[in-house]
Amino acid sequence: MLTSTLLLSNQLPTLQYSSTPERFDETWEAPLATLLGLGRAAGADFIELFLERRNYISSLAEDDAITSISPSLSTGAGVRIFRGKADCYVSTNDLSFPGLKAALEKGLSILGLQLPTAKAFIPEINLELLRDYATKRGKDAWLPVCSSIREMGEILLDGTAHLKQKASHVQSRRATYFRDWQEVLIAASDGTFARDIRLTQSVGFNLLCADGANRSSIGDRAGNTSDANFLRTWDSQQAAEKIAESAGKMLYADYVESGTYPIIMANHFGGVIFHEACGHLLETTQIERNTSPFADKKGEKIAHESLTAWDEGRSENAFGTIDMDDEGMPAQRTLLIEKGVLKNFLADRTGSSRTGHPRTGSGRRQNYTYAAASRMRNTYIDSGEYSIDELFASVDKGIYCKKMGGGSVGATGQFNFSVDEAYLIENGKITKPLKGAILIGEAKEIMNKISMCSQDLEIAPGFCGSVSGSIYTTVGQPHIKVDSITVGGR
Amino acid sequence: MPNINEIANSAKDNAGKLGIKKFDIYGSTVDDTSVQVDQGEPKQVKASNRSGVTVRVWNEDNTMGVTSTTDVDPKGLELALKTAYEASFFGVKENVPDFSPEATIPIPNKPQDKAPQAPVAELIEKLLVAEKELLAAHPAIKGVPYNGLSQRDIDRFYLNSDGAVRTESHSLASVYLYSKTEEEGKKPRSAGAFRINQSLDNLDINGCIKETADKTISHLNYEKIKTGKYRVVFSAEAFLSLLGAFSNLFNAQSILDNQSLSTPDDLGKEIASPLISVYDDALHPANVGAETFDGEGTPTRQISLIENGVLTGFLHSAGTAKRLNTQPTGNASIGAKVSVSPNFYHVFSTATPEQEFSLETAENVILIDDLQALHAGVKSLQGSFSLPFDGWLVNKGVRTSIESATVAGDFLELLKSIIYVEKEPELTPGGVCPKIWVNELSITGE
Repeated sequence: MLTSTLLLSNQLPTLQYSSTPERFDETWEAPLATLLGLGRAAGADFIELFLERRNYISSLAEDDAITSISPSLSTGAGVRIFRGKADCYVSTNDLSFPGLKAALEKGLSILGLQLPTAKAFIPEINLELLRDYATKRGKDAWLPVCSSIREMGEILLDGTAHLKQKASHVQSRRATYFRDWQEVLIAASDGTFARDIRLTQSVGFNLLCADGANRSSIGDRAGNTSDANFLRTWDSQQAAEKIAESAGKMLYADYVESGTYPIIMANHFGGVIFHEACGHLLETTQIERNTSPFADKKGEKIAHESLTAWDEGRSENAFGTIDMDDEGMPAQRTLLIEKGVLKNFLADRTGSSRTGHPRTGSGRRQNYTYAAASRMRNTYIDSGEYSIDELFASVDKGIYCKKMGGGSVGATGQFNFSVDEAYLIENGKITKPLKGAILIGEAKEIMNKISMCSQDLEIAPGFCGSVSGSIYTTVGQPHIKVDSITVGGR
Repeated sequence: MPNINEIANSAKDNAGKLGIKKFDIYGSTVDDTSVQVDQGEPKQVKASNRSGVTVRVWNEDNTMGVTSTTDVDPKGLELALKTAYEASFFGVKENVPDFSPEATIPIPNKPQDKAPQAPVAELIEKLLVAEKELLAAHPAIKGVPYNGLSQRDIDRFYLNSDGAVRTESHSLASVYLYSKTEEEGKKPRSAGAFRINQSLDNLDINGCIKETADKTISHLNYEKIKTGKYRVVFSAEAFLSLLGAFSNLFNAQSILDNQSLSTPDDLGKEIASPLISVYDDALHPANVGAETFDGEGTPTRQISLIENGVLTGFLHSAGTAKRLNTQPTGNASIGAKVSVSPNFYHVFSTATPEQEFSLETAENVILIDDLQALHAGVKSLQGSFSLPFDGWLVNKGVRTSIESATVAGDFLELLKSIIYVEKEPELTPGGVCPKIWVNELSITGE
């Protein structure tokens, strides 16, 4: 009889699942499929389970001592349930079957859904064969290869010693490192069943120099995903030289005189301008909220014809690289803007269903306490046709923004970001260092003012905060010229 | 999910089994629910029930290791204790963190009055009403893109192997509303407000609606402002956010790390206008989320930081207090390197100003309501800031919204340039503070 193989809801309390506790593998299929079936039986339109295990460690070297080693272990799950337009997200630390079932039941009850009666059948959810990106790429071996606590300490202390050697007027020297190992498993009522391991590492310096009333503080970091040997290959000497040089130049810099200038923005982390001024506004999360000026501009020219931009998850080892997003969809390369014309938005599952834009493998979240949302991955302006000399030659009086700080964009498309290292340009030449600059503008206006792109695309690691928490992303660009922008200063 | 007592007992048992003689544990459980709405429909409901603990372990050589975990069943706690023990052999050898000398001092009983959690349907209903009222407040208000109503129960504990045991519970409810306008031929404008209280019943949702509507409408007719030097009035929220961004001034750990604008010798020096006094006061009656002990078990208290312009105190952990020969202040978080942070600012004035000012009569002053991008525009170790803001040009009581501008300056100079501290305090999530008048700051507009 067919019915003999189907599960009745009153059998649920007697079920004994033996999922592998230390690993997300095929043994999780049965309990997760049962929970998804239970949710469907209660009347949910769609259910997604996100399971996560994390092993994180950070360390800090100050001057000539390791002052902090902080391991952090976490496990948890998030259950997302859709009913009509409404959705509910419940998170828990408890990965046992009863714990996950309790979270599911809580979500169902919040949406006004009742568990099925005792003798109701629980529909069978047929999950796909586990798409295991971790096994396929040998990621299970990554964690043991990473640097030990002792090695971390040695490398960081070596780094601060280089800073001591290279910098002058040093008030404090810091080297920081973190390693974030994350295993995820996603199962959804549409049959999605996928596993991955992510390994993200970052190491960098913060240097504070002081000479009387003159002070400069500057930081720099490198980041990587997918290379267990990353810390061992970090060139701390070169990084120390670079940061010491920047700090030295900024120590006696004058404050920038506020006004409207043409600027040349360096490659690498300069890509934050596109991230803030445009990238966020192409996320369906913003379109859903009606906070993007580009919502109805697909196929239209929204930027200068010199500008082509991408968002993708596939660059080897880049900070925002993912094999699949946090909804189990493989990452892809998404052309955002081609020669000034808006081509695509970044969509997660919900954003896609609410706005109609196709999913792009962009559903990302900080951890199990957040529902996924459309977020950037590796986002950059593509190389252009000009040389750097041509960019500088086009500026009579302007500002060279060599090293950018952070930034943000508001609900009206107004963005801002700070400049950590800037120089005055006069008659096409760099003349003196400047500090205290912050750039502000309107997204719609600035995109048409990025008029020249050089040929030296470089990317840089960054952290991006938004509705689904703080995630690892890449920004990038070649040197670009912005015809005019408001620069706040003294 | 184990409750707070089960977590504490299990941790103690496991430490005993592993032969760990000296340890301490800080932990919490949070049970919260939040709702969002969009154009008359529920958008997303979030609920979570999660726990986390941080364990510190001292080995036989008296070096210390730490581990945090969210896996709070006995197995998870055992792993955390083992990991912390392993890490302890790489811990610092100088200025090793130790138990707070005040971790066992009795704290007067604080009522553990958790508010009953309201049904989710009630949260949604209240937020839908708020959204509807905001949309009706002005034809130009087309949406409330950011909104949320949440309620939260928090249980915390601290214990150590010397017999300290502290527990505490409280509830919080909060609402935020952020509305946006659209008008033909004009740029979209937006503004928001936030309220917090111990229970949903006492939450001032109507006040939040009114403040959001008033602010958003006041920004409809905006104008550019000419770049120059202006007299500036900071709202409570704006001033406290700036004070928070430069809190290394009072942070003893930052001072010891050479990561501060202050040094230990600065105590007793005049660093601000005599018109201003600043306390950190976790137990201030207006602090609805007041906590009676910090991450090291030290009781929280009122700390004078600036008294009539004079720097009078620093915020301490047990470790920084020992190094600077003073008492801990209840501002520490547990960790491998103990961090120190303010609890709840109280800014006020007891001095008599040479002149009183009023927005009703002042001419061409800038009222800054909200500072943005503090993470980017503040150079906390240099003392400088350059920040976009929301605000108005005020001329004899008439407010004109400023289209887009930044304010820049040096924070230590700003403190000395305060010319008036208004009397009426305003409550914010980070503290209480009246409006603060500053003589002159650089404003960049057009």
